[in-house]
Parts: sequence; structure tokens; C-alpha cells
Amino acid sequence: MNEIIQKKFKASDYKSKLKPVWCPGCGDYHVLLSITQALTKLQLKPENTAVISGIGCSSRIPAYTNSYGFHTIHGRGLAVATGVKVARPELTVIAAGGDGDGFSIGGNHFLHACRRNTDMTYIVMDNEVYGMTKGQPSPTTDPSWDSALSPGGTGLSPFHPLVIALASGANFIARTFSGDVKGTAKVIADAIEHPGFSFVQILSPCVTFRPDQKIWKEQVHEAMVSETDDPARAARRLMSDDGFNTGVLYRGSREAYRFSCGDEKGDMEEIQKQFEV
Amino acid sequence: MTDGDQNTSVSVAMVGSGGAGVMTSGNMMLEAATKAGLYGLMTRTVGPQIRGGEAAALLRLSGKPVHCVDDTFDILVAVDWKGAERFAGEVPLGADSLIITDPATGDIPEILTDSGARIVEVPIGELAASVEGGRANMVILGLVASLIGLDEEPINKIIAKKLGKKGDAAVKASREAVSAGYDAAGGITSPVTVSPSDDKKDRWLISGNQAAGFGALRGGIRFVAAYPITPATEVLEWMSPNLPKVGGTLVQAEDELASINMAIGASFGGRPSLTATSGPGLSLMMEGIGLAVSSETPVVIVNVMRGGPSTGVPTKSEQTDLNIAVYGLHGDAPHIVTAATSVEDCIFTTQWSVYLAEAMQTAAIVLSDQFMGQASSIIDPPANISFMAQRLVESEPDESYLRYAVTADGVSPMTLPGTPGGQYTADGLEHNPKGLPSTLMEDHRDQMDKRDRKVAEFNYGDHWADVEGDDGCELVILTWGSTTNAVREAIERLNGEGVSCKLVAMRLLSPAVPEQFDQTLMGAKRVLVVEQSHSGQFLKLLRANYNMPGEVKSYRRPGPLIVRPGEIVDTIKNWSVQ
Ligand SMILES: Cc1ncc(C[n+]2csc(CCOP(=O)(O)OP(=O)(O)O)c2C)c(N)n1
Ligand code: SF4
Repeated sequence: MNEIIQKKFKASDYKSKLKPVWCPGCGDYHVLLSITQALTKLQLKPENTAVISGIGCSSRIPAYTNSYGFHTIHGRGLAVATGVKVARPELTVIAAGGDGDGFSIGGNHFLHACRRNTDMTYIVMDNEVYGMTKGQPSPTTDPSWDSALSPGGTGLSPFHPLVIALASGANFIARTFSGDVKGTAKVIADAIEHPGFSFVQILSPCVTFRPDQKIWKEQVHEAMVSETDDPARAARRLMSDDGFNTGVLYRGSREAYRFSCGDEKGDMEEIQKQFEV
Repeated sequence: MTDGDQNTSVSVAMVGSGGAGVMTSGNMMLEAATKAGLYGLMTRTVGPQIRGGEAAALLRLSGKPVHCVDDTFDILVAVDWKGAERFAGEVPLGADSLIITDPATGDIPEILTDSGARIVEVPIGELAASVEGGRANMVILGLVASLIGLDEEPINKIIAKKLGKKGDAAVKASREAVSAGYDAAGGITSPVTVSPSDDKKDRWLISGNQAAGFGALRGGIRFVAAYPITPATEVLEWMSPNLPKVGGTLVQAEDELASINMAIGASFGGRPSLTATSGPGLSLMMEGIGLAVSSETPVVIVNVMRGGPSTGVPTKSEQTDLNIAVYGLHGDAPHIVTAATSVEDCIFTTQWSVYLAEAMQTAAIVLSDQFMGQASSIIDPPANISFMAQRLVESEPDESYLRYAVTADGVSPMTLPGTPGGQYTADGLEHNPKGLPSTLMEDHRDQMDKRDRKVAEFNYGDHWADVEGDDGCELVILTWGSTTNAVREAIERLNGEGVSCKLVAMRLLSPAVPEQFDQTLMGAKRVLVVEQSHSGQFLKLLRANYNMPGEVKSYRRPGPLIVRPGEIVDTIKNWSVQ
């Protein structure tokens, strides 16, 4: 968490001048807006925030912010983000990417990032498809969704990100809909402020390869029940989750990953004594 | 042992089955030798069992620095012979060698007696039993110490140091068992003894893996991401408790994909960063290393080679990750590949590589191998070299700041997160000088040129190779890595027989430095290329990058047996005959 300062930053201060490559109508525009609004709400200095992503349409997001950014390689955003946070604990670190990036090729990092509970926020723009490679099923895709790569559907039951996050130890778990910019911005701000690993699944439609997702805006609904700090209750709620419940599900109190960077002043002379016989 | 007092050493193998404690004997012997002013090297070999099983401590001691194993062992002593045939190949004996056996433990494997070595029977078990709490491994420690001419005093000191916390009774039992060994050696003629060097300078006892970790720390590494793999784990395990002493930290990653990328993230954040691995892990890291190259984020990868391909021979040495280290990245991705040439050089080469990676903002792969990584060596305290991580950082960027500015030397000042006005997005996508994604021909060309230029035109000084021998030598041996030490000793022997020969042990394997190479090999009429690789990876690298003068011959073979000096001497001699 970096310090809050007097001067008022506007949302535009958190945006870069670069024009996104996204298709018109892509849900990711809204996510970008929500992130900049969340940062405005928190009044974080742009230079003290690092946005780190993998590869995919959604992973293009770092360069569209005015933060330090790292557009890494497919699936590895969380690993790079972990390195940044451990090296520079005073920075606000936001990892971001798509469902293919985070749950398929980067799935192992997702499990272990939840488990490690490093103090950062992970935003997955879930469009239930591989957008950048032009429409293949991802781990969250419906089993019957037809595509060139998997004609007739994959027949595989979808991955449930919130269940996995909860089971793996994430400390803050939420789902939002990209079209609800204000609501998403608030959740992201909460996620950033919450210690430990915060995971936000944002349902972010791909208008190009999943035009059927247009009805998402009618399907999403605020969860009937309020958030909990009890993992067992959160788990029970997920049992009846239709995938369109939005809001914060779980806010845990597990201690964030601790690491020791020791004493800067230690010297090599002392260390080399262990080799002297 | 070698003829002529210029290079007298003694090689001892202590073998035994699980729980016999021969490693303890070996370690104590090495420490006692250090105290006695000797130099030495110890490697260990174990069976495939995870814990226990047969084991052998292989030592070579001398009054002069030793860096490689000898052609044969002078003394082989066994607590028992269970499973010993499994590593008999690693303990070559000659007719002058001495085998000490306890008749109560059964027959010596034929593969060992075939050497014609002299056999002496000593009731090791009985001697141990004669001392209350006595153990056979302490008896053989005394036995061998006596045979090679090592005083009991340093051994007693080491026993007190190592066993002191177990109480007086344990110390007493070990000392008495050692004494029993000394007494038993009385009637045995030793094949060779060693005398300590006259100068009783301080010595270090260090393994190559510890040395690599130490060099990294001294070079300024302050972040390590780790995933365990044989035989590199000790680099990481040494660094873990030592990093916090200088303000650093280590994170255990979930896999090598994570470890390389965590290191890149930490370096992007401004901390010089490293990871260590071996072949299988290096394969997994390749995409990440390419990201470091493209995003110009410094990172160091220490790769301790083992036999490959695939899981290969994890516990034994080979020089076969050269190809992947040099050529494993997709695209044109200029980066640094270095190799340590000995246990102690693991310090220098790793430290230097940290400096190179940071100075050029690129990835540096440091190649070590199982042999030197896991060998413990008695060395002179190394010089304190000045190479330190020094990154070109822009701390007050103005409007015109360009992260990937095209500069004369190819290195562009880097801003670190937290610096106002310096925000940029590091990217593996090709980018323009500002760091914005670009597919333009000009940007791709300019950025490729700068990334190549900074590495190709850097001044590596004399460190690209260890060069020894006269300029006028017509015979040159080119080698790299731990094989260097066998070559060095072979050349000493050849010199002793009036054959002069130059050693060129390459520390910088990529990029190529043709000017220095040409100058060093000028006038060579015959060049022998020595490496521990079945396919001749080093020979091919040389052929692809350099003009090789004169007649070129390759001496190569795969692991797991390491290259010994005698093989090289023979190769040279047979070559002369033709
Ligand atoms: C190692 C590797 N494998 C495959 C790809 C090709 N690729 C690029 S993006 C992508 C999937 C993107 O899907 P997702 O993460 O869901 O993001 P979206 O584009 O839908 O936002 C794939 C497979 C790659 N860049 N790298
Ligand atoms: S392909 Fe889909 S995910 Fe990608 S930019 Fe277009 S709409 Fe967005």
C-alpha cells in the first residue's frame, strides 16, 4: 500500500495515451475504466503502482495505464508480479490477464499465488474464450460451446475460479461484471486495500468471439447474501453459485506472505568466515 | 599419484554401504587436511537410493592445489563391499594401488581385484568393536590418515569440533577408534604419502555450488527464486540463509516457469536477481529468459549441468547443456553464456556474470556442472574482485525519457518503479524506443541492433578465457568448464616430458569474441578440443563461430565418468605418433 497524498489525482492521470487494440465494445474497456477509477478513489501515486500481465487481449492492459507495467509472457504474469512485490514491498502491485492466461497455461501460478498470499491484487477478465487467438475454448468455457478447435464443444466441465481461489487460500475473493464500472471500481479498490492475495474475477464479454455474451448484462445479479470471513460459509455459497452472482464473496484474515530482506548492512567478510577452516 | 615431486598427490576412496558413515570420514579427512596445510578435493558418489545405500567418498590430497581427479586411486578402503561394484568404474585402480579390506565383510568385487592391486586385510570391524562406542568409519579414517602421513592432531581437533556437542564419550570413542586405525596401519607399506605445503596460509573449504552462491552475493544479487533440482539445489540452499545477511531474500517458487519469471519481476523492481537450476529446469525457463532479453531486464541463471537428455543421469556430470544455453531461445536473442572453470572459479565467473547481466541489461546463463558443483575443495582464499552489479538507472527522467532509447553502446538507462515520470511498460512484444508495441520494420531492426550491439561490442577484457602457456606454442588444447582442470594437469605432465602446449579454457561461450580468439590461437598448428559431450557440442560451437587454425582434433566422451588427465596425455601422445 503506498501513501495517500494531498493533490487530487483524476482518473485520467492513471490512463496512458495509448489507444487500446481491443475491438469496439470489448468488456476490457470497462475494466480499464474501473481500474483507473479504483486508483483515483485510493489516490495512489501512478509511479508507485505496477500493473503486470500475461498475454492475451486482456493482458494488453498495463500499457493503457499510467503505472509502471510489465506485459510478460503467456501465463506468467503472477510469477513476475510476485517478484516485483517481494523486491519492492512498498509498491501497489496489480496482476491482470485473461481466463486462458490465468487458469490454463498459468493455472499452477494461480494456485500457488493464492496459497502464498502475497499482498497484491489479481484481476482476471473472464470472457470464457481465448480472444487473442481468435476463439478457442478456455478452462471456463461451457462444455457444449462449438468451435473450430473443439467441434461440438469440449465436453469438459468448466473450471470454477472462485472455488479454486477459496480452496487455495486467497484472502479476498470477488466477482464483478465489467459493465458495472462503478461497482467493479469499488471492489477493485477494496481488493487493493485488503492485505494478502486478492482475486477479482470480472465477467468481461468478448463481443467478437462470444456475441452470445451480450445477455450477460441481464444475467448478472448482486449476490443475495453479504460477504463473509468464514471460508466454510463462502464454500457453501459457492455450491449454489450460478456463475453470475457478483460482489465480494470472501474477505479473510490470513496473514500476508512474509519475507525477510534482512539487514542491508551485513557484510561479505562475515559471510565468508564460514568457508575458513 | 603422479610421478615427479612437482605434482605429488594421493587419491583415496573410502567406500561402504548405507549407514557406514564413509562420508563423515571423508569430510573429516578433508577438514583435517585443510588444517594440516594440504590442498584437496573431495567428490562423493552414491547409489540410486534416496537415502542410505552404498556410498564412496573420493579424495585427492596434495601439498599443491588440486582441481581434478587423478587417473587412478592409490588407496581404496572399504568398511564393507555391499553394492560397491556399482561405482567401481569411478574408482579406477592400478597395479600400484592398495586395497584394504575387512575379511569379515566378504569378497572384494572382481572388477576391483582385476586391476592387480595389492590387497591387505585389516579386521576393521573387530578394531571398532574393541573400542566402546567405536565405529568402523573412524577406524578407516585413522588407517588412511596414518598411511598417507597425516598427523593425528588435526584429526583429533576435527573430531572435537564435529562431535563435541554429542558429549565427551562420543569424542573419546571416535578418538580411540581413530587411534586403533593408526595402530593397524603400522605394518602396511603405503603406496604414497603427502607432505603439507610449507606456507601455512589460511585456506577455504568450499564446494562449487557454495562458491557460485557466494560469487553471486558478492556481485550484488539480492533476490533469488528457487525450485530444487539436483545437482543445483545447494546453490539455492546456501543462498537462502545468507541472502538476508546482506538485505536480500529467497522465494521458493512453484516451478521453474515461476522461478525465472519471479527473478525477472524482482529485477524489474530494481533488485539484482538470480535463479539456479539444471538441464530440465533450464529447458522450462527458456521462454522467460527470452522475455528478459527482449524487455532488457537483467537476470542471472546458474545452470549446474548433469547428464542428459531428459531426466538423464541426475547425479553425475556432463557438459551437455551448452547447446540449449547458447541456442535455446527462440528468435534472435543475444544474451550471455559463461562457464566456470573450477570450483574456485565458480566464485569469479558467477560474480562476473552478475556484473555483465546488470551492465548490459540482459540474461546471463552461468554454466557449472555436477562435478565442480558438488565437489568440496580446499582453496586459497580468493582475491576480492571488484565486479559489482551496476545498472544504468535513470532516476530523474524528464518528458523526453525513452526506456529503450537507441544508444551508441546499446544500453539504455532504465527507470525503476517508484520514479515519478519514468513509467513505462516492459514488454516481450517488439517495441519502439518508448516501449510501446511496434511491428514496424525500423523498430524491430533498431531494437535488435541495439540488443545485439550491447552484448557483441562489450569489452570482456581478458576474462573471456583462461589462457596458459607460451605464445609460440604450436599445440593448443581448447576446453571449457570443469574439464579444464584435467587438461591443465595433462599439460603439466606433458611439459614435464618436454612437450609444450597451450591451454585455452573458455569462460565466455556467448557471444563469440573472434578477435581475442584469433590472437590467442595465432600460430597454432594442432588444436585439440576436449569436452565431456557425446555429440561434441563445444567443437560445433567453435566451428560455427571461429576460424580454427591448423589441424583440429576432438577428444570427447559423455559422462558420467569424468575426464581424467591421463586420457588427454594419451590422446596427445598418440596424435604425435601418427
Ligand atoms: C506460450 C504461448 N502459447 C500460446 C500463445 C498464444 N496465445 C496468445 S493469447 C492466448 C490466449 C488468450 O486467452 P485469454 O488469456 O483468455 O485472454 P483473452 O485474449 O481472451 O483476453 C494464447 C493461447 C502464446 N502467446 N504463448
Ligand atoms: S477478441 Fe474479444 S476479448 Fe479480444 S479485444 Fe476483441 S472483443 Fe475483446
